[in-house]
Amino acid sequence: MTRTRVPAIEGWFTLDEEPRLIGTRCSESGTVFFPPETTMSRAPGHATSTLEPVELSRTGTLWSYTNAGYQPPDPYIPVTDPYEPFFIAAVELAAEKMVVLGQVVAGVPATQLRVGAQMELVLDTLYSDDDNDYLMWKWQPIGWTSNAPEESGATGERTDAA
Amino acid sequence: MTVQDVSIIGVGMHPWGKWGRNFVEYGVAAIRDAITDAGIDYRDIQFVAGADTMRNGYPGYVAGATFAQAMGWTGIPVTSAYGACASGVMAIEAARQRIMAGLCDVALVVGADTTPKGFLAPAKGERGDDPDWLRFRLLGATNPTYFGLYARRRMDVFGATEEDFAAVKVKNARHGLGNPYARYRKEYTVEDVMASPIVADPLRLLHICATSDGGAAMIIASNEWAAAHGHADAVRIKGVSTVTPTFPNTVIEMPNFSTDSAAGLDVPPRTFKQAIGDAAYAQAGIGPDDVDVAEVYDLSAALELDWYEDLGFCDPGGAEKLLRDGETTFGGRIVVNPSGGLACFGEAVPAQAIAQVCELTWQLRGQATGRQAEGASVGITANQGLFGHGSSVVVAKP
Repeated sequence: MTRTRVPAIEGWFTLDEEPRLIGTRCSESGTVFFPPETTMSRAPGHATSTLEPVELSRTGTLWSYTNAGYQPPDPYIPVTDPYEPFFIAAVELAAEKMVVLGQVVAGVPATQLRVGAQMELVLDTLYSDDDNDYLMWKWQPIGWTSNAPEESGATGERTDAA
Repeated sequence: MTVQDVSIIGVGMHPWGKWGRNFVEYGVAAIRDAITDAGIDYRDIQFVAGADTMRNGYPGYVAGATFAQAMGWTGIPVTSAYGACASGVMAIEAARQRIMAGLCDVALVVGADTTPKGFLAPAKGERGDDPDWLRFRLLGATNPTYFGLYARRRMDVFGATEEDFAAVKVKNARHGLGNPYARYRKEYTVEDVMASPIVADPLRLLHICATSDGGAAMIIASNEWAAAHGHADAVRIKGVSTVTPTFPNTVIEMPNFSTDSAAGLDVPPRTFKQAIGDAAYAQAGIGPDDVDVAEVYDLSAALELDWYEDLGFCDPGGAEKLLRDGETTFGGRIVVNPSGGLACFGEAVPAQAIAQVCELTWQLRGQATGRQAEGASVGITANQGLFGHGSSVVVAKP
């Protein structure tokens, strides 16, 4: 039986092959809100401004990164047993002048992650149940493919000397 | 701005640990010590400000009333304050304002907590509109995730090393060795720290503070009331900061998915963490050069280095040198975390910001046996609570 691909949260990102985060833009100031703000602009002095949906840049610069060495507590949903650590990236979007968090797709080795590295947004399954694959945005180095030679994943053990 | 100062006439703490008892017990023990320290009777107290805990049911949400009842109702007004890790300073501020407004002469501030083992987790239930719940579900982002991001950034931008972070832990562990209120009183080497497992790369288990049970209390009074009750030379609260961020806040903060966007807007000249200390200094009419001793929130060892810069002890990027030069330990320019800090205590959320002020009070009185910063006359605390709560207190000898 095929599972249906559904977003893990509605309205925060597109389901295109090259996905985009969906934010809102304050029409007066130009500032962008992600997750999308729909009530009012939080830019002080622009409370009467309208908020328009906007798709954010798909690529950005790695601001910093870390990993989850231990399984996070509920409501995190474990996807492997035993638990396997994963990386989390903070990526700076140049046009929006903001930093957005996301998991790094599984398999990207620590050697591929450097502050300043160019990253792109992709869709990946966050967790599944009998009926659905729940999709989430994740970050990966631009052009990275999972066909790369096997390297250690997000164990946090960096073997490079840099 | 001229701000009237108030006197700290009594302080008390229950030792930090994992005792597994009701949080009210710890708070009451701390209150009784603070009252003894002040040499007053509980019935002298005219106001109670309690710092809330979210992990102990309704009594935790109404901490002011919980402790007023536990001490025996005396009819006085109470308040209960919550600001995540900054709850304690919000309670201090509520009590201070009451005194400054002339509504009371002497007030009790108290916070205590009983914490479960492991990561601090969000409240239960399916709460898809709560960013604190969603960050666990959608990102698997715990509190150490954010500490790890800051630490890695320090390494790549400022050249900090994992050994620097370990050296902070080693320093604080040494500071807390003789502190009877500290939970962990054990010396560590850099090698010990580096051998502990990674929690949030590059941070290891021994870089990150635990969660603890504990309680802290203070009695504060107008200077007139203090002088009339034998406390003319009490340590003074000179400034209290409870500032929030300024939009756009361009540093990623717990529990958020993103920073604010600076597109089309000017970035504030001072970051949120810088603004926390700025406000306390401004009220006190002092600057970083005046500070002798500091208690800062080392949720992770790397965060202590961030505070050196945000509090103005050195320029951005200068923290590692300050640490390596021994300027933040005994005999140095500014002794940071003489208590041992969170490294030795583990966090008891509503008690911690109050405990920081208790420690500085002992330091300025010269009563910090085994961990005394010699000749200290001015101190500052710093801390930051989830969802945009600044926390800083400047204390000084009269």
